[in-house]
Amino acid sequence: MHARIHPTTPYPPTNMALLEVKNLHVGVEDEDIEILKGVDLTVDTDEVHAIMGPNGSGKSTLAAVIAGREEYEVLDGEILYDGEDLLELEPEERAEEGIFLAFQYPVELPGVSMTNFLKEAVNSVREARGQDELSAAEFLQMVRERAELVDLNADLTKRSVNEGFSGGEKKRNEIFQLAMLEPRLAILDETDSGLDIDALQQVSDGVNKLRSEDRGFLVITHYQRLLDYIVPDYVHVMVDGRIARSGGKDLAIELEEKGYDWIRSSEGATAAA
Amino acid sequence: MPTTLDTDVRPEDRFVSAFKVNHGQTLNGTSASIAQQREHAIERFAQLGLPTKEQEAYKYTNLATVIDRPYTLPLSPEMPAVTEEDIAPFEIDDLNAHRLVLVNGRVHEGLSDIGDLPSGVIISSLDRAGQEHPDVVEEHYGAYVDFEDDAMAALNTAFVQDGAFVYVPSGTLLEKPVFVLHVHAGEEDLLIQPRHLFVVEDGAVAQIIEKQHSLTDARTFTNTVTEMYAGRDANLQHSITQHQGDHASQVMTTAGYHRDNSTLTSNLFSLSGEVVRNNQTLTPDGEHCESNLYGLVLGKGDMHVDNHTLVDHVHADCASNELYKHILNDRSTAVFNGKVFVHRDSQRIDAYQQNDSMVLTNEANIYTKPELEIYADDVLCSHGATSGQIDREGLFYLRTRGLTENRARILMLQAFAQEVLDEIRNDAVKAHITGVVRDRLARSFT
Repeated sequence: MHARIHPTTPYPPTNMALLEVKNLHVGVEDEDIEILKGVDLTVDTDEVHAIMGPNGSGKSTLAAVIAGREEYEVLDGEILYDGEDLLELEPEERAEEGIFLAFQYPVELPGVSMTNFLKEAVNSVREARGQDELSAAEFLQMVRERAELVDLNADLTKRSVNEGFSGGEKKRNEIFQLAMLEPRLAILDETDSGLDIDALQQVSDGVNKLRSEDRGFLVITHYQRLLDYIVPDYVHVMVDGRIARSGGKDLAIELEEKGYDWIRSSEGATAAA
Repeated sequence: MPTTLDTDVRPEDRFVSAFKVNHGQTLNGTSASIAQQREHAIERFAQLGLPTKEQEAYKYTNLATVIDRPYTLPLSPEMPAVTEEDIAPFEIDDLNAHRLVLVNGRVHEGLSDIGDLPSGVIISSLDRAGQEHPDVVEEHYGAYVDFEDDAMAALNTAFVQDGAFVYVPSGTLLEKPVFVLHVHAGEEDLLIQPRHLFVVEDGAVAQIIEKQHSLTDARTFTNTVTEMYAGRDANLQHSITQHQGDHASQVMTTAGYHRDNSTLTSNLFSLSGEVVRNNQTLTPDGEHCESNLYGLVLGKGDMHVDNHTLVDHVHADCASNELYKHILNDRSTAVFNGKVFVHRDSQRIDAYQQNDSMVLTNEANIYTKPELEIYADDVLCSHGATSGQIDREGLFYLRTRGLTENRARILMLQAFAQEVLDEIRNDAVKAHITGVVRDRLARSFT
């Protein structure tokens, strides 16, 4: 039985879904292309949603737009978070509201100490959520606990952010930060890419321990294999900037067997009908 | 009596006539070598003329605009009143040092606090050293800086009166650092020419920490020459912080000469100034020397900082390291020209040089020129220069963790500067400069 981490203070309860993406159209700043062409998606707490899809289908763009990346331009549609307009918020405000993005390519920041940065990050989101600032001792205690939970060597937290980390360490470091920041909506952007089987298991194990009734997950992946470890409640298949099909966890297995062309052709058939 | 420069004649002639008026009077010689070099120096200065932008070495730095002003040359020993309270803000916490204070280029004995010294160590004014220890001054004064082709060094040599003097005899470990605090004071626009001499003999160890500040809003131009000598097996660490404010310009010429198995390290921090030009030369003249040059420039406003460095590898089997970083905000400009010269017989030289710049606005500029001149064939020399802006991806990463854009910027710039700060060996100085950098970045991004 795994210990489960719950956010220490619940956020204001709401009848709204945690995240509602409605008819979202997204392009790139200063370029005449549309990457997302009308995405609809609802994610609630205590749910794990997987988004699968071929390369270039717009999965990572959706993750980036939810986290607030500025290079993208929302052309139409909306994203509601607790029923509020998320697109109005700066990336750091979204973090304070409980959104966390685990990067596909975690950034190396030479000279930026993991401990200092994380302490500042944790305390800034805690302050925004009306929680007390952690003392140095409490913070270190939390670092030790959460590092152990996600099987991250705590010595890594004494180094510069991601500098000289292996691929697996970088991904586990993302999950470790997730555990430290206690978000309500955790987005994992291709967290499995490039990992060997041991690292994949460690990362998945960490995520599973962090599943909670107060937290929703959006897991973006190209491969079904991750979903053997992080078993989703819902699977969505994204093709060409739209969610082409949604279903339960079996959809991932079916997809693995039949390939993305199966969705594409049935999409085409639907459109023709 | 102070001499005011006549701006109706060309600047070179002003200095030459000021020299003629004062030579043999206020410009006498406290030691024979100081007196002897004056006349030849003013002659060379007159022949060379002030540096102009037509010269490659001054291509990006126009000294004329800051020299061609009606400055007063404070050639008499009187100095404005400066109190302990005035200089208190410039102290370094927990430094515990032998303190030498200079006001307008002259040692102020009342404010200086030398304390107890190990046997044979001398910390005093150059003026006093010339009288009391003529043998040391004779041996080293003018031996390391070459004014034949350097008009500013020649000008300094012609007008030299006082400066800091540190002498650490053979085999002596000077435990406490020497803190040399320079302040400008008074209402007048001043042209000041201090001359410093630091001698660390064979097997001796010393740290000299200089800070330049100002108590006045008057315009100043400081033309400094510093000579440093480190004997065999010696270790001399020299750090200097330039923080005199927007009305202060300077040319600082530093010549460091060192012998076998010795280490000479320079840490330079340029934090404010109008036009700042630093000419630093290290000459490791012996085997197994280590020569280190580290610099950090924080540009703001219209500040212009030009660092010209030369590591002159005249001897084989030596190593040199050089790292200069710039963080340029507002309309500031920095120039970096780092030359490494490896002579023909100087084999097995290991020379590393790097210059990295963060250019934060469209109006800020960096002109960087790494320059290797290598005549030996068995050497390991590298150089690199980068310039860019704060990594957008890094900023976004930190923001997704809840840091504001400003905090993310500060953190990343601090990390950028850290590599240079980490080269400061004295903990108190490191903590002090790190704090100054942190405060500056915090003020720049709020």
